[in-house]
Parts: sequence; C-alpha cells; structure tokens
Amino acid sequence: MKDEGGRRKAAVSWRRTRGLTDTPFHYCPGCSHGVIHRLVAEVLDELGVLEKTVGICPVGCAVFAYNYFNCDMIEAAHGRAPAVATGVKRVLPDRVVFTYQGDGDLAAIGTAEIVHAAARSERFTTIFVNNAVYGMTGGQMAPTTLLGQKTTTTPAGREVSVAGFPLKVAELMATLDGAVYVARVSVHSPKHILQAKRAIREAFKVQLDGLGFALVEVLSACPTNWGLAPPDALRWVEEKMIPVYPLGKFKVPEEIS
Amino acid sequence: MRFYGGKAPVNKILMKGNEAFGEGAIRAGCRFFFGYPITPQSELPHYLAWRLPEVGGLYLQAESEIAAINMVYGAAAAGVRVMTSSSSPGISLMMEGISYIACAELPCVIVNIMRGGPGLGNIAPSQADYFQAVKGGGHGDYRLLVLAPASVQEVLDLVGLAFDLADKYRNPVMVVGDGILGQMMEAVELGPAPEVKLPPKPWATTGTAGRKTRNIINSLYIEPEELEKVNLRLQAKYRQMAEEEKRWEDYRMEDAELVLAAFGMVARIAKAVVDRLRAEGIPAGLVRPITLYPFPDGAFERAAGKARAFLTVEMNAGQMVEDVRLAVCGRRPVYFYGRTGGMLTTVAEVAARAREIWEGLK
Ligand SMILES: Cc1ncc(C[n+]2csc(CCOP(=O)(O)OP(=O)(O)O)c2C)c(N)n1
Ligand code: SF4
Repeated sequence: MKDEGGRRKAAVSWRRTRGLTDTPFHYCPGCSHGVIHRLVAEVLDELGVLEKTVGICPVGCAVFAYNYFNCDMIEAAHGRAPAVATGVKRVLPDRVVFTYQGDGDLAAIGTAEIVHAAARSERFTTIFVNNAVYGMTGGQMAPTTLLGQKTTTTPAGREVSVAGFPLKVAELMATLDGAVYVARVSVHSPKHILQAKRAIREAFKVQLDGLGFALVEVLSACPTNWGLAPPDALRWVEEKMIPVYPLGKFKVPEEIS
Repeated sequence: MRFYGGKAPVNKILMKGNEAFGEGAIRAGCRFFFGYPITPQSELPHYLAWRLPEVGGLYLQAESEIAAINMVYGAAAAGVRVMTSSSSPGISLMMEGISYIACAELPCVIVNIMRGGPGLGNIAPSQADYFQAVKGGGHGDYRLLVLAPASVQEVLDLVGLAFDLADKYRNPVMVVGDGILGQMMEAVELGPAPEVKLPPKPWATTGTAGRKTRNIINSLYIEPEELEKVNLRLQAKYRQMAEEEKRWEDYRMEDAELVLAAFGMVARIAKAVVDRLRAEGIPAGLVRPITLYPFPDGAFERAAGKARAFLTVEMNAGQMVEDVRLAVCGRRPVYFYGRTGGMLTTVAEVAARAREIWEGLK
C-alpha cells in the first residue's frame, strides 16, 4: 500500500476498540485476562450493543473490570454475579447483560448461583475465566486446579485423596437444559484467540436472540501464580490444561448453528 | 384483591400481616420480589406470587437467600423498587449482600419476620434480631433504616414509607415483624391506591444510551483515603436520618412515672399492661419506637424528666433495653422483662413485674 506521496503506508492492523476505556490494565505481564477483556469488548462494539450493555464483574483479579469495559458496570460480591445479573436482566430484558467470572468466583463460592441462573435459562452471557488457580488471593488451589498441580495451598501438588478432582464447568453446564450455548475456548495462540472471539460473539448472539443462557469457558494463563515465564505459561495451557479441559462447543442452539 | 369472608365494613377488609407486607409493597410501586421460602413469612411470597404478575410485576423464587439479596442488588442497581423477605436464619445469610447494598447506596426493602433463635431455633415469634437489624449485622460501618410496625394497618403504611425512605436516602430499609404480626388477620383500611411518583435515578446502571458518562455500582475503594471519604459520606447520611426520621408513639405518657418501652407486637401487650396499671392507680405509660434505627432516644430523654423508672419489654434476652439505657443515660433505673425462644410475654406477667418495680420505688 502507498500513500499519496508514494511512500509505503502501513496497514492499520491494530486499533483500540471502543469497547474498552483508556484505563491501562493492571494485570501481570502475560496474563490472559487482558486478551479476554479485549475480545469481549470488541464483540460488544461490533454487535453495536455497548450502549445498552450492563456488565457484572467478579471478585478476583478481574475485580477492576469496571474500569476497563466501556459500558455500565456493577461490581458483585464474590460468586454472586449471576444473581446480580438475574436481577438486572429481569428488570431490563432488552439490555445486554454479561458476567465475567474467575474459577474461584464461579466454580467454588458461586457454584449455586451459576447453576441456577443456567437452569432458569436467564438470558445473559457468562464469560468464565479458568486459570486453574486463585489469582488475586495468592495462588491457592481452585476447584479447577489440575491433579498434581502445585499451588500455595497444595504445595506438594493437588492430591485426589485430599482435594478431590478438578471441576469441569463447561461439561457440567452442558447437562443443564437451560444452558443453551456452552463452549470452551483458549487464548494461548493467535488461532485460538480468533476461535475464542467467534465463540464469545455466538454467546452474545444467543442472548440477543433471546434463546437462553450462554457460557463461554476461556482457558487462561496466570504466569505469576503458576511460577512460569509468560511463553512457558502459554505452553502449559496447551500441554497441561487442554488435555483435562478439551476445547470445543458443547452445546449450540439450532437457531445459530 | 382477595376478600376474606364476613361482613367487612365499607373500605375495610381483613388481611393477614404477611399479605399486608406484600400489598403495601405493590401500592408503593414495587414490582419486583426475590426470595427464598422460610416460615413464618411464607404468606408474603405466596401473596406476591399471584399478586405481582397481576400488576405486571415479577415474583422470582431464588435458590437461596444469598442469591435473593444479590438479585435485589441487581434489580436495585437497574433502578426499580424491589423487595425481599425472609426470617432470621435467612436474613443472616443475606448479611454480606446487605453490606454491599449499603455501601453501594442502593435503595431496597428487606422484611424480616423474626423467629426464635439462635441457630435453627424455632418458628415461634421473637424479637431476637434487634441487634442484627440496628447495630449492623453485616460487616463494616453501615446502618439500615429499621421500621417496626405493630398492627396489620401499620404494616401497610410503613412498607410504603420504607420504599420512600429507601429512595430518599439511597439506603436499604428493613421492616421487622414477628410471627404473630405476620400470621394474624386484622381489618385494614386500604383506601384508593396512592399515586406513586418514583424519583428519577440517574445513577442506575441501565446502559449508557442517552448519557455521556458510564454508571458504575460499586463498593470497592482500594485506596484508604477514598474509602474513608465514602465512610464519612455514609456517616453524614446516617446523621441526617437521625435528625429527620425518628418515629415513635407515646401512649398515656402525659404524667407517666413508670415508663414501659416496647416495639412491634409486644407494644400492644404493653399497652394493655399500661391500662391495667392505670386502673390500679399506677401512673404508667408507654414509649413505642416505630423506627428502631434511628432510635427515638429523645422520647426517652424527655420521659426521664417525670419518670421514676423504665421497664423495657421484649421477646428476647434484652436487646433494645441497651438503647433505652443509652438514651436515659443513668438518670433513672431501666429494668428489663423478656421471654425468649418464642415464648410470649403475657399481660399478667409484665404487669406483675411492673408492680414489683413500682413497689420498690416507694
Ligand atoms: C466472601 C469472600 N470470600 C473470599 C474472598 C477472597 N477472595 C478474593 S478473590 C478470591 C479468589 C479469586 O479467584 P478466581 O475467581 O479464580 O479469580 P482470579 O483471581 O484467578 O482471576 C478470593 C477467595 C472474598 N473477597 N469474599
Ligand atoms: S495473578 Fe494471575 S490472573 Fe491475576 S493478574 Fe496476575 S497473572 Fe493474571
């Protein structure tokens, strides 16, 4: 490409999305939360729904997400985002409502809220960030921690006899009639990031079409608490997490498939 | 409106206390209710489950009281009048959410039809959640406005007031009753439904359309300086409540020398005690706090001028008596009589204790 003066012009390959504010992320280097935020923000912008969106943030590393998403936001108590989202969506059925939750938030303290919101087929979208650890509180075991994985509360590695098995949220949610769209994606490579964005877009389309509850589980790197350099953390997602948490679409409503 | 048999006088119908909580909410413009079943408040959700859809509202049964209060948080954030109700153990479960709602300054109404405790306790009437309601309950420096009706008619009136106060102060309001108030039927005057003007809520998270700035509902202030500012603002609000919202009823207080203090249903028993004592020549009176927070301490301060002693009567082991003592501030002796575990205080028992105190003053 050349400009009018005949100079080579660089193609714009990166543009700030309107879906994010100007506030710089506070996330650690190599953390996947930033990528996932961007995907959600781009989808909301591209669907043209930013101005009618209300997002609910969790307690966890994404607790400040209300500073980043460029829409109305509510900060919920730990695990309760699906109940808060239920309250908002029932009052404002024509708005777009989403929750953004970590694995401690959604799969431990908030298990009841997410299961029942899905069972009621609440018409909101959940972005579930599975990083196999409690990030914010210092790298403790999460329900999603892999067997043998070392955390600050499983210093010798997670052992079944003490701490049981990892919770497979996407598979669990897919058993619920009310959960009409369930997918698990990853953001450890450009190809996977594009796939993840497609799934997130579908999950919001499901909401816009009023089809029911939609959840996208996103495998996410936490280099800080895994004790890995960012590139190694991405490899760990590929080599260790995906075998336990296989990617794919577990449920897609006919209307959008 | 359901009609309960008999020949009701014009404009008067018989209504259960729990149902009056529901009807009062609807008349106040509340169209959203989230709750979880628990005795002895069940007639309230039963009533709203058919009555709310009739007026275009939503009754939603939550999976727990924790979920219910967080649904209330979401609905209040979205800008509508919303209510939940429960009984003691369920209210305990809501406490984290109530603290968030108080800090995020969202208006809502929470009904507690108190039952015997601690623990699972029983379903008999009790006032043992006074401390929980007026002293905090959840974590952090926050206050609820707390109202205590003593008749089914007053339930209707105070629930309406509760919604107005919640909006005025952007603060959760708790209305407390007990199993007797919840379950008994009394004639109430409904009158024409009042015209409800809902105040504008420009802070509500409804989507940014038509607005230049984003709205954020939050209770996280990571910088101590910021959180202290929030707390100072909340405290200023609580002081304003204390200046403007104290409510109580004086009963035969003109020349009272033995002053009873009681709230809710116990106040009705206390009135009968006052009448009985008066008939015996003992100049008794009653101060009935209607707002438990802010506590009407001025009424007790004033009463301490003529009074020679106070007797606080409660269905608990002695909770409001601490606030009466604070108000009287050592100027006069403050006695307590109470039953716990769901046992009712009777007129005869309380009168006997009052006579004993009176004899001791001679
Ligand atoms: C009721 C309550 N319990 C515990 C906490 C402490 N806490 C804050 S964040 C968190 C875990 C967050 O982990 P996760 O949801 O996996 O999110 P991540 O930080 O990994 O993104 C915990 C336990 C809290 N804030 N509230
Ligand atoms: S601790 Fe982990 S999850 Fe939290 S910001 Fe850092 S890398 Fe991300």
